[in-house]
Amino acid sequence: MTDLVLKAPPGPLAEFWGHFRRNRGAVLGLAIVLALSFVAIFADIVAPYDPAEQFRDFVLLPPAWIEGGNWAFPLGTDDIGRDMLSRLIHGARLSLFIGLLVVTLSLVIGVALGLLAGFYGGASDTLIARFMDILLSLPSLLLAIVVAAILGPGLVNAAIAVSVVIVPHYARLTRASVMAERGREYVTAARLAGASDMRLMLVTILPNCAAPLIVQATLGFSTAILDAAALGFLGLGAQPPTPEWGTMLSSSLQFLQRAWWVVTFPGLAILITVLAFNLMGDGLRDALDPKLKR
Amino acid sequence: MLKFIATRIALLIPTFLGVTLLAFFLIRLVPGDPIEVRLGERGIDPARLEEMRAQLGLNKPLLEQYADYLTGVMTGDLGKSLITQTPVLHEFAELFPATIELSLCAILFALIIGLPAGVLAAVKRGGPLDHGVMAASLTGYSMPIFWWGLLLILLFSVILGWTPVSGRLSAAYYVEPVTGFLLIDAWMSEEEGAFLDALHHLVLPSIVLGTIPLAVIARMTRSSMLEVLGEDYIRTARAKGLGLFRIVGLHALRNAMIPVVTVIGLQVGTLLAGAILTETIFAWPGIGKWLIESINRRDYPALQGGVLLVACVVMLVNLAVDLLYGLLNPRIRHAK
Repeated sequence: MTDLVLKAPPGPLAEFWGHFRRNRGAVLGLAIVLALSFVAIFADIVAPYDPAEQFRDFVLLPPAWIEGGNWAFPLGTDDIGRDMLSRLIHGARLSLFIGLLVVTLSLVIGVALGLLAGFYGGASDTLIARFMDILLSLPSLLLAIVVAAILGPGLVNAAIAVSVVIVPHYARLTRASVMAERGREYVTAARLAGASDMRLMLVTILPNCAAPLIVQATLGFSTAILDAAALGFLGLGAQPPTPEWGTMLSSSLQFLQRAWWVVTFPGLAILITVLAFNLMGDGLRDALDPKLKR
Repeated sequence: MLKFIATRIALLIPTFLGVTLLAFFLIRLVPGDPIEVRLGERGIDPARLEEMRAQLGLNKPLLEQYADYLTGVMTGDLGKSLITQTPVLHEFAELFPATIELSLCAILFALIIGLPAGVLAAVKRGGPLDHGVMAASLTGYSMPIFWWGLLLILLFSVILGWTPVSGRLSAAYYVEPVTGFLLIDAWMSEEEGAFLDALHHLVLPSIVLGTIPLAVIARMTRSSMLEVLGEDYIRTARAKGLGLFRIVGLHALRNAMIPVVTVIGLQVGTLLAGAILTETIFAWPGIGKWLIESINRRDYPALQGGVLLVACVVMLVNLAVDLLYGLLNPRIRHAK
């Protein structure tokens, strides 16, 4: 490996990795995200039981390392005897799915709006920018709650509600980057070469606005997971018996005093996941921001 | 300066109209008929139903309903709650002090811990203290506060029994609401011990609501402080042989505070959103809990009015921050 590095200058990816791995927190975040993704994809194989399977003889069993625990259920069981670990593992699948759905939806819509506003300017810019301002003037969770209430409770509806809240952030970011790039020489050159508006926007300009968007998209995962869990907690997101982490929390509230584990573990899962995405986002920002390089 | 203020205020008008539109139409889309919800599932006489719809103006064309709504908003009439029949503005005004009180205590908590933590981290850059503060701040920023609240209740209320589980005041006390701010009312009242009891009830919710602002403030103070500490005038002060305390406290902090003040202003939205969750967990009788209850009861006017008023509060605070920032920084005031 050393010889190779000496011979050729590092490619953009290798250079990026060189910066990224110097940030230990970011690498830790990446490792957690990869592990979670693995668990989420192979949930059916990894989880010891079906998340809905009820073991009536083992109700509210404490975690295995505590007196009265049973190693058959390492993290204990909930109020109707379902295995906590299996539910948390399937919850990871749901949370990452929500994150992916929200980030894809809001990125596509936000980038499209931002491109239109930034590229054409004028009336379309005013209209889009004003509309985004209106959305941003409401506290994010309140807007998500109202949208979720309109769409009705459910996992996908919660994801849509959170997307509505996040779209303005991507739109603003894209708009600002596009406006900065629009006047550059390479864009004028492409225009003179006869590139259509569509090509200019998507092929010429957009790749040069990608760095901040990648960072924002990573951080978007954490917002999405956090807000969707909050909606689930308020009863406006996924509904029981879905093993979504926020929903699990709200349905175990009454056992707060008797069985701390049914409340503690789902929240801990949310915290660790959100933290991992935030760590990774910070690392990406440092590695991709040209101003901080060298 | 006047022109700057006038432009900023003029810019608010389209946003305000947009918010009324949003509040009006979004909430019309909520499934379920408010009258049927109110009368329960029992079948009612269709003629009576029509009569009630007409009474509430629900049978007019949508656009006309919006025009009526806007006229009402302009004159301070946000309609009556379908459930309690009290004017929405009145209900909001009654509950809002509870939310302000909680939010102020939360931001106070965030400042008392966050500012020194950020300054210390910047001064001891790269040391274990810095790493500790940064790790704690990132954790706080990633915290699902509804779970954090439950954990604190479990520890301090259930296991240790130090703080009450919920509400603003124990049932043993009665304090006449004068200002709506329970701390002030309890202080003024004759009730012995009511003030301490109210304070007791405030501790946990304030910590929970203040956690995310605390993380943001600590982070912002650190980075702003690091920037200022690199400036020439700090080197000069150092060269003159001034003590670290004097340099940091007198020279650096004052300039480092400008971006921090802005960030504090921008936390208002976060606070109000967090208040929804915090108030739900602690059964705190403020507007957050009221909004969630309004959704569950399909109380359109209450929800509509609440959303509009919350948005107005956020807009006004942002305007105030904007103006304050312009006042502090002439470069912004004179920018085109």
